[in-house]
Amino acid sequence: MSKTLTPPKISSSGAVAIAAPMPMEQYKGAKIQAAVLRALVYAAACLTFGALICLILYILIKGIPNLSLDLFSPEYNTENVSLFPALINTITMTLLSLAMAVPLGVFSAIYLVEYAKRGNKIVGLVRITTETLQGIPSIVYGLFGFLLFVTTFSWGYSLLAGAFTLVIMILPVIMRTTEEALKAVPDSYREGSFGLGAGKLRTVFKVVLPSAVPGILSGVVLSVGRIVGETAALIYTAGTVAQIPQGLLGSGRTMAVHMYALWSEGLNTRQSYATAVVLLLIVVLLNAASGALAKKITIK
Amino acid sequence: MTKIKLKENIMYGVFLFCACVSVLAVALICIFLFANGIPAMKKIGLFDFLLGKKWKPGNDIYGILPMILGSIYVTAGAVVIGVPVGILAAVFMTRFCPERLHKLLKPAVDLLAGIPSVVYGFFGLTVIVPLIRQLFGGSGTSMLAASIVLGIMIFPTIISVSESSLKAVPESYYEGARALGATHERAVFMTVLPAAKSGVMAGVILGIGRAIGETMAVIMVAGNQAAVPNGITRGVRTMTANIVLEMGYAADLHREALIATAVVLFVFILIINLSFSILKRRSESK
Repeated sequence: MSKTLTPPKISSSGAVAIAAPMPMEQYKGAKIQAAVLRALVYAAACLTFGALICLILYILIKGIPNLSLDLFSPEYNTENVSLFPALINTITMTLLSLAMAVPLGVFSAIYLVEYAKRGNKIVGLVRITTETLQGIPSIVYGLFGFLLFVTTFSWGYSLLAGAFTLVIMILPVIMRTTEEALKAVPDSYREGSFGLGAGKLRTVFKVVLPSAVPGILSGVVLSVGRIVGETAALIYTAGTVAQIPQGLLGSGRTMAVHMYALWSEGLNTRQSYATAVVLLLIVVLLNAASGALAKKITIK
Repeated sequence: MTKIKLKENIMYGVFLFCACVSVLAVALICIFLFANGIPAMKKIGLFDFLLGKKWKPGNDIYGILPMILGSIYVTAGAVVIGVPVGILAAVFMTRFCPERLHKLLKPAVDLLAGIPSVVYGFFGLTVIVPLIRQLFGGSGTSMLAASIVLGIMIFPTIISVSESSLKAVPESYYEGARALGATHERAVFMTVLPAAKSGVMAGVILGIGRAIGETMAVIMVAGNQAAVPNGITRGVRTMTANIVLEMGYAADLHREALIATAVVLFVFILIINLSFSILKRRSESK
């Protein structure tokens, strides 16, 4: 867009000079200002993406040599600090939390965008609470989960307690992104659907929701990232047992908790590097997969 | 016809119920935290608790001023590093970067957001901490290290929220500024960026929330000494770190004091949210 517009050449072209011509010094000043701003913007971009590249390269270079098959043996013991149980626990935890949080988040966003009327008091309340939830630190969620699910419900340290805690944590992320995605769907889609005789519910599920899918997916990916990376909310809800639990009421550590546990034990640096690589790979794969999925849906 | 109407009504109820879940969640969180934390504050004494400079659970002395200051300093440091860079990077992505590069950078930001905080902590511990140790001496685990790590961690939050609000600014704003003779940079910074102000603010809120609530990355790089921090290259313990480090073995009043720490943290978050939403509303009504 920006390339089609070139700044008017004031010094050479008489045609533009009909509108108040800019004095030479002011023009120079504008040029310097532009250069400084441009330099700042480029520097910020370099810093951001430089940091990312540094981080990834560092983890890969240090971690890949430490990867070995032993790390993926199904048993964890003191001689072989296997991360396999943690990997399985992470997957279980993610699926469990998403199964509850996605319908909940999408439905409440549908209520907010499609059903609630202007000036509805519930909408204001929900908006305030989701904003609050979004700001709540994960350790506070962890303590809350500990107090409610682990102690009051007496589930003990368990995957279920961890998953319920995570649901509350990722709910605002999914709600917010879904809301934005729904709002971005043009009203003409809805009007078209109503015009063809479809009801409200049909319009929402057949017309509005499908075209909002990429946006919703981006929210889901964000929350999967949070689940996979979450530590503070899980230490005191799902616990830190390094085995695959028998059932949902058993305690089990996820990958991120595993890494924290390794750090606090302070013995297995090699395994920490390796775990970091695996965590990083999971995140990269997740992001790539959802990107591909989102693209597919938009092309349709 | 009535069957469809019934279905519509039932689903309406379901949607409404789902919308209320978040309200319920906040209510429950408040009830459980306050019910468990406030009695401890009473037992310790509110002023001794909030303004006490000593945290010695062994002697039943619970003063969390060092941790409150620790959280504030570290978050402020992260904001100083993360917010300007994040906003400028968002401007770069929307207005300065060629289409092809954007296709690469967008997933990069998502990736940055997806990297688990323990990995950031680990990176900080093995790269930034030794660097600080070499440059400034000491152990390297410090407020500065924590601020740098947190600053990097809030980049993606600020970038993605700012970017979407920058994109939502009507193209006519930019074109109008250009037509009046403004340079590309001036048009972006003087018209597009101010128009996206409330969205950018929202990104900053999320960033501050993430920084103050971050636990794992901070624990690994901040040193965690429970004393009033004195200098950016010295160790510091945040409120979040305090809870995680001691919750595992705490009992009785000690445990309640930790929950009370979470209450203080929670009140901080509420104040931040409130002041920002007032700010946001004010900027929107203008």
